[in-house]
Amino acid sequence: MTDHTENLIEVRDLTFSRGHRKIFDHLNLTIKRGEVTALMGPSGTGKTTLLRLITRQLIPEQGAIYIEGIDIATLSQAELYLLRQRFGMLFQNGALLTDLSVFENVAFPLLEHTKLSRRLISHIVLTKLHAVGLRGAADMMPAELSGGMARRVALARAMVMDPDILIYDEPFVGLDPISLGVIVRLVRRMNDALGITSIVVSHDVEEIATVADRSFLIADGKVAASGSPDELRTANSELVRQFMHGMADGPVAFHYAAPDYEEQLLGRENE
Amino acid sequence: MRRSIQDIYENGSEFLRTFGAFQLFFLRILRYSPGILFSRFDLVVKQVYNTGALSLVIIMVCGFFVGAVLALQAYSNMSMFNAEDWTGVAAAFALVKELGPVLTAILFAGRAGTALTSEIGLMKATDQLSAMEMMAVNPVRRVLVPRFLGGVIAMPLLAAIFSGIGLFGAHLVGVELFQVDVGSFWQQIQLTLEMDDVNEGIIKSCVFGVAASLIAVWEGYNAVPTAEGVGRATTRTVVITAIAILVFDFMITAALI
Repeated sequence: MTDHTENLIEVRDLTFSRGHRKIFDHLNLTIKRGEVTALMGPSGTGKTTLLRLITRQLIPEQGAIYIEGIDIATLSQAELYLLRQRFGMLFQNGALLTDLSVFENVAFPLLEHTKLSRRLISHIVLTKLHAVGLRGAADMMPAELSGGMARRVALARAMVMDPDILIYDEPFVGLDPISLGVIVRLVRRMNDALGITSIVVSHDVEEIATVADRSFLIADGKVAASGSPDELRTANSELVRQFMHGMADGPVAFHYAAPDYEEQLLGRENE
Repeated sequence: MRRSIQDIYENGSEFLRTFGAFQLFFLRILRYSPGILFSRFDLVVKQVYNTGALSLVIIMVCGFFVGAVLALQAYSNMSMFNAEDWTGVAAAFALVKELGPVLTAILFAGRAGTALTSEIGLMKATDQLSAMEMMAVNPVRRVLVPRFLGGVIAMPLLAAIFSGIGLFGAHLVGVELFQVDVGSFWQQIQLTLEMDDVNEGIIKSCVFGVAASLIAVWEGYNAVPTAEGVGRATTRTVVITAIAILVFDFMITAALI
C-alpha cells in the first residue's frame, strides 16, 4: 500500500495528448513530502503541461494523479479550490494581474480568502516583498517592472498564503546573477524552514543541482531517469549524459523533424 | 455533393455546440451575479466607470450631432406643411425609442465591448486567468461577472445621456438656428411623448446592455490566447454585437407595437 505520509503527489500511468501528439505515455512518478523535486527535460517534453495536470488545470486522458491519496479528478470545484489554497504557483511569465499594483498583486490571495485586517495584510505583503528584494517596488504597476522583477513579485505572491506545496515553472529564467543566487537560496530555505514541498521545472542543470533533492528527467512521454542531481550527472544513459552536459549530439535531436535539407532547399529554389 | 453536405453538417453541429456553450456561459454569469452585486459591489462600480464613464465623451458627441441632424431633417420636412413646431417631437421620438438605445449600444460595442474582449483575452494569453484559478479564485466570478454587470448598468444610463444630449442638439438647431418657438418645441414633446415610449427605450437599452456585455466577455474568455486570436475576438465582438442589437431591436419593437 502507498504511504501517503511520505508520498505527497503520485502520478500513475498518466497519458495525455495535444491534438495527435502524445505528450505523456503511461508516465509514473512520485513526489515526496518535504523535498525539492526538479522536473527536467528537453524543450517541448511537457514539463509545464505536467504541472498543469498536477494542479488539475488539465485533465488526463488516462491514468490518475493522487494528492495525499486522493484522485484529484474526482474533486468537485469547491474541493479543488480548497486544495488549491494549499498550492502556490510561480508561472513562467509571472502572470501578474496587470490592473493591480505590485502590493495589490501580492495581497490578492489574502484579500480573496481571509478576513485579516488591512494592517496585518500590509505587514505580510511587505514581509514577502522584502524576502524577494522588492519592498521598494510595492507601489509600482506590473508594466513598470522588468521581466526578472515581475517573476520575483510573482514568487512573493505564490508564497504569501504560506502554501504546503510551492510550484515553480522556470523560476531562474531572466534573473541577473545576484537575484538568481538569492532566489535559489530562498527556494531551498523556504522549503526547509517552512516544511513545504517544492516542485521546480527548470532547464538550468547547474542551479537545480544546488537546490533539488530529487530530479526527474522527462523525455519521450516518460520518466527517462530519476535520482539526486549527482546521480543523474554520473548516470550511464546516453540521453541523461547528453542533457546534463548539454551536448549537441545524442538521442535527443536538436533539429525538429524535417525533410531532407538538400532536397528542401533545391525544392524551394525550383518553385 | 457529399462533401458539401458533410461540411453543412459539421458547421451546423459546431454552431449548435457553440450556441449551447454560450447559453451555459450565460447561466453561469447569472448564477454568480447576485453574489457579486451584493458582496463585491466595489468591483462592479469600477467596471461601471471603465465601461460607462470612459464612454461618455463618444456618447455625448455622437448624441449631440445625431439630435442636431434629426432636427435639421425634421425641420426641412415639417416646414413644407407649416408644422415646424413638431420638429422637437420628431427628434424626441426617434431618439428615445430607437436611435438612443440602438446607437448607444453600437457605440458601446465599439468602445467598451472591444476593450472588455481584448482585456479578458490578454489576461487569458498572459496566464492571468490561470493564475487566478491556481489561487483558488474563480475567474468567471471575479473577472467576468463584474465586467458584465458594469456594462449592463452602464448601458441604460448611457442611452439616457445620449437621448438627453440629442434633444439638446435638436433644441439648438430647431430653436436657436431655425427660430422655432421654444414653448411650442418643448410643449409638443411633453404632450406627445408618453411614458410607454420612454419605457420602450429603457427596455431596449437594458436588453442591449445584457447582449453587448455578454458577447464581449464571452468572446474575450473564449479568445485563442495569441495576439492574432485576441484581435479576431475583438473584431467578432463588434460584428456580432451590431447584428444582435439590430435583431433584438426589431423583435422588441414588433413585440411592443
